[in-house]
Amino acid sequence: MHQAFQSRFAHDLLAPTRPTTSKRFAVYRNNVFVSLVEALKARFPAVQNAVGPNFFEALARDYAAANAPTSPLMTQYGDSFPDFIESFPPLADFPWMADLARVECAITQSYHAADKTPLGPEAFATIAPDDIAQLRFTLHPALNLVVSRFPIATLWQMNSGQAEPAPLDDAPAETALIHRPHFTVSVQAISAAGGTFLNALQAGQTLDEATEKAMDRDAAFDITAHLRLIITEGLFTAFTFNRSPQ
Amino acid sequence: MVPCALPLSVGVGFKPQHYDGLTETPGPLGFIEIHAENYMGDGGLPHAMLERLRSRFALSIHGVGLSIGGAGPLDQAHLQRLKTLCDRYRPESFSEHLAWSTHEGSYLNDLLPLPYTEETLRHIIRHIDEVQSILNRQMLLENPSTYVRFDESTIPETEFLKTIAERTGCGLLLDINNVFVSSTNHALDPRAYLEAFPLHHVVEIHVGGHTEDADDEGALLLIDAHGSATADPVWTLYAETLTKTGPVATLVEWDNDVPLWPVLRAEVERADAILTPSRAQHAA
Repeated sequence: MHQAFQSRFAHDLLAPTRPTTSKRFAVYRNNVFVSLVEALKARFPAVQNAVGPNFFEALARDYAAANAPTSPLMTQYGDSFPDFIESFPPLADFPWMADLARVECAITQSYHAADKTPLGPEAFATIAPDDIAQLRFTLHPALNLVVSRFPIATLWQMNSGQAEPAPLDDAPAETALIHRPHFTVSVQAISAAGGTFLNALQAGQTLDEATEKAMDRDAAFDITAHLRLIITEGLFTAFTFNRSPQ
Repeated sequence: MVPCALPLSVGVGFKPQHYDGLTETPGPLGFIEIHAENYMGDGGLPHAMLERLRSRFALSIHGVGLSIGGAGPLDQAHLQRLKTLCDRYRPESFSEHLAWSTHEGSYLNDLLPLPYTEETLRHIIRHIDEVQSILNRQMLLENPSTYVRFDESTIPETEFLKTIAERTGCGLLLDINNVFVSSTNHALDPRAYLEAFPLHHVVEIHVGGHTEDADDEGALLLIDAHGSATADPVWTLYAETLTKTGPVATLVEWDNDVPLWPVLRAEVERADAILTPSRAQHAA
């Protein structure tokens, strides 16, 4: 009986177009939808900035009606919001919006990721030059990459008050590098080849293999600059030589 | 089983934006309360802040997502997350709600009401036994704020809570704002509710703000919004309750439209001005 009662209650709650039986019941429905929309606003401020608050409210309500959370961890609510945006017809003229939401999903992941102290330049001092090509890195758990056809890191910065909005018609594609070596999450643009390079390292390939993949993508790929990026930004926490990744 | 051991002082629901204010000018603050679900990530700033606060204040971990009143079994993964959190921070108290929020895999993110029957009573007792056994600690159960009641209910809420506390050994978290909200919404006398409440099981009290609305018939409908200062009638009921219970750990809740720290601290001071005489009287 208890089970049947809750099924009925939950079903009525999640049907926002169904006329309510009473204003009292509507308080619960309102609490549920307002709290879910608030959770999405908190997690996707750049998308909200890009589409405007009224559009976002409608978008978030549509999403919530079709996608009740599956976990009490509201910091993870909206993992499928980017896919929902991608197939949301009114946003068809903004094909980059889903990737913007993917950057914001990655920011939350980075923010809550495990704490690990990155290795610094001194760690490299111990490596014999002949071994460098066979290095495998363990990348930092807070490191995330969003590969995009659009200048996605710049779009995020423009919608987060970190860069002045400007036309991006001819801007090249960017991979967004999202990272938190300590407490503050940063989003920066790297080249598509740089994204390929880091993705390969993250998958456990050697420095040699990752460099080859990046150069297949762009013959002008600058390995020195990217090694410097890995070291100065604290992107790795361990390395091994030509063994299976840890 | 580790018993609840909150200090007999005033606490506040911790919000990250209050970190500086709260640590620099805590006033009479004796403990902080956090929502468990906000601290279930692996690392980062939330845990760094909490570790520092924990070294300085007593800690209450307040769950909002366990769905103790849910018809299905408890979410074992969530229970393990709670255990990890409690083992890590060793809080003075862990509490949850007489409510449900999860149904068939969907989490509804609100504290939903349930009918009070012999069936739901047995069910909740089983759930609380399970929680206390897995966490190896006494938990506190909070009375809900409600907007509807059910014809199926056969047991008054106060008796329902009393039986749960007696059979499981859990403590009770008496939310006085919830008492005022529910009583007003169901045209009942909050003093009669408190008269019937098993006060000797109460180990924590909540006070917080509500807003006013109206139902379909135009009757006053109070919403437990936690977005404003505690209302005067709730402070009065709080003071009256302390004369019966003696001093009890008291939490000020303010979760939405969160004000600057000095505004919240004034609420902490208001509670402390009522709690301190009770403590002095009790010690005398």
